[in-house]
Amino acid sequence: MKLTKHLTGVVIASTCLCAPALAQTRLTMWYHGAGNEVESRILNQIISDFNTSQSDWTVTIESFPEKSYNDSVAAAALAGNLPDILDVDGPVMPNWAWAGYLQPLPIDESEFADFLPGTKGVWDGKLYSVGLWDAAVALFARQSTLDELGLRKPTLDKPWSREEFTAALDAAKASGKYEFALDLGMNDQAEWYSYAFSPFLQSFGGDIVDRSTYKTAEGALNGEAAQAFGKWWQSLFSGGYAPGTSEDPADQQTGFIGGKFAFQWNGNWRAVATMEAVDDVVFLPAPDFGAGNKIGAGSWQFGVSAKSKHPEGAAEFIKFAAQDKYLAAFSDGIGLIPPTPSAAQMTKNYSGGPLAVFFDLSKAQALVRPVTPGYVVQAKVFTKALADIANGADVADTLDAAVDEIDADIESNSGYGHR
Amino acid sequence: MAVNPDNYGLRLFVRYLVLCLIALIFIFPLVFMINSSFKPDSQLLADTSSLRAFLPVGDISLNNYFGAFRRAPVGLFVLNSVLVTGTTVLLSLLICSLAAFSFAFLRWKGRDVLLSIVIATLIIPFETIAIPLLLLVSKLPWIGLDGLHWGWLNTYRVQIVPWIADGLTIFLFVQYFKALPGELIEASRVEGANWWQVYYRVVMPLSGPVLATAAILKFLVMYNQYLWPLIVVQQESYRPVMVGLGYFFQLNVAWGEVMAYLTLITVPVLIFYLLLQRAFIASIASTGVKG
Repeated sequence: MKLTKHLTGVVIASTCLCAPALAQTRLTMWYHGAGNEVESRILNQIISDFNTSQSDWTVTIESFPEKSYNDSVAAAALAGNLPDILDVDGPVMPNWAWAGYLQPLPIDESEFADFLPGTKGVWDGKLYSVGLWDAAVALFARQSTLDELGLRKPTLDKPWSREEFTAALDAAKASGKYEFALDLGMNDQAEWYSYAFSPFLQSFGGDIVDRSTYKTAEGALNGEAAQAFGKWWQSLFSGGYAPGTSEDPADQQTGFIGGKFAFQWNGNWRAVATMEAVDDVVFLPAPDFGAGNKIGAGSWQFGVSAKSKHPEGAAEFIKFAAQDKYLAAFSDGIGLIPPTPSAAQMTKNYSGGPLAVFFDLSKAQALVRPVTPGYVVQAKVFTKALADIANGADVADTLDAAVDEIDADIESNSGYGHR
Repeated sequence: MAVNPDNYGLRLFVRYLVLCLIALIFIFPLVFMINSSFKPDSQLLADTSSLRAFLPVGDISLNNYFGAFRRAPVGLFVLNSVLVTGTTVLLSLLICSLAAFSFAFLRWKGRDVLLSIVIATLIIPFETIAIPLLLLVSKLPWIGLDGLHWGWLNTYRVQIVPWIADGLTIFLFVQYFKALPGELIEASRVEGANWWQVYYRVVMPLSGPVLATAAILKFLVMYNQYLWPLIVVQQESYRPVMVGLGYFFQLNVAWGEVMAYLTLITVPVLIFYLLLQRAFIASIASTGVKG
């Protein structure tokens, strides 16, 4: 009898103790960072904190290699196997929203009022995704190089003009100290071209697509400004200022550090390693080619899958993850830009630290890539056109062909939903 | 015509020299991979412009291997690939040889037409059927210990079953079986053997070379699988080695760890080849088929 009482007590107690865990609804989440130890550690910590902070939801994560993540998501969408929470690259978000992979975030946009614009994924007037960091590109240089070549240090308020930038490249080339004046990372023909180089085109006054309608690239990618950009772009390679498309893949990691290049166009994810190797490295703003100085914006963001049966739970997690302490943790861990000024203040590199310049660059110069579902195709067309021009193709013909290809894609997709 | 021994020796020397040079071209990437797997990234990248890239010199350590195991569950990926590949190879040898036996020795209506259709599947790229196949396997039923399930995604069987039978393997067996002496089969039948006994007591014991060829070809196809597991497996616990390679390509690529991972996943391939080396070379001589 006594034993029975004890057993009954144990069963009741364990049932009561387990009750909150049993009541938790499981949310699945997919993430692009498999193999990234630092990101995984921070994200797992956030998930662990979230799961213990409340009794309604429990999040489980499945990480994928970044290079194949989008393909995995597309296949899962076809098979009706999407998770609740999806990680999505900023410029790809409109495509996933349009294709029905994502649903609008059930969170008031005002909750992210102080986030950098590039970290918010808005499509068709609705907020679909929010990023826990942003990335920025800058012109890496040595202060000693600027001094030796007699070059003015450009600032956000007074960036180099086209003439000053050309003069800087000429001076570096004439010095004979460098194999090339400029490293652009030309071997990486994935999305790097549209992210890193379309801001040059935009600074000339052109664009990948006409953003006023998103229904054509005519005029934007082959107009006068784009032609001028194309000729300038080609001159970088024909003039021997930068290595072409067969550039050594290692150059982005070692070329500038090893003194092979005077300047390097690179992202802030390489900034920490470069600072460790180069004492007097300076991160310069993009040159102004006439229509303002621009850099790309928009990195990985979290959204809610259209198939999720628990969007309110997924939204709870995204709000939880968007706390300043986690934004700061990501920034300290991987060097990327925290989305809010308050989070920046909590970081070691952005609260007046050596990378603070990237926050300012992102705030002042950043322009998101074309916000259209067609971007995924347009980026590939743009990449091919720039590679062809770098390899000596006729500028006007190449840009016209790119416009035709982009317009045909927009037409075959009935305008991608742009009204 | 008399052979000048001196000229013969010289010709032999030149021939071997040329063959050795060609062999070096094939071996260099492997030597580079293995040597680089022991070097830190800075040295690895600096060495690429010199012959040092092919030599185990400088700061040599196992750090890249430790790093590779920290970054990804390498053992799990290799185990998954070996399991999927091994099972598929064994089932493929059985099913395809049985099918080929039927095509080669049995007389049945529509045999030649069906064989033509099977061979015609060789010209269809897998990419063209990947999506329909994905939709199919995502709806297939399966009865497990915990009852009936719908959908095969995130399993070993989805990586195995669609790859068991293929036109090339059946064709290889058919060609080999047709070259076997017909008297052997007839004699077995006269002695009272049924077709099953002819298959496993007469034909299969004579089929070592084609079994080795088919096994190696299937092994290479399965071990190098990328697209199919990428779209049907979302859980890390079922991922094979080629999808796992993606873990090493971050914004800052750890090249030394990439080389260490590649070296590790090459080991099962080399072991498999060495085990079947003699039979494979014999099969090249007898079937004319190379991997």
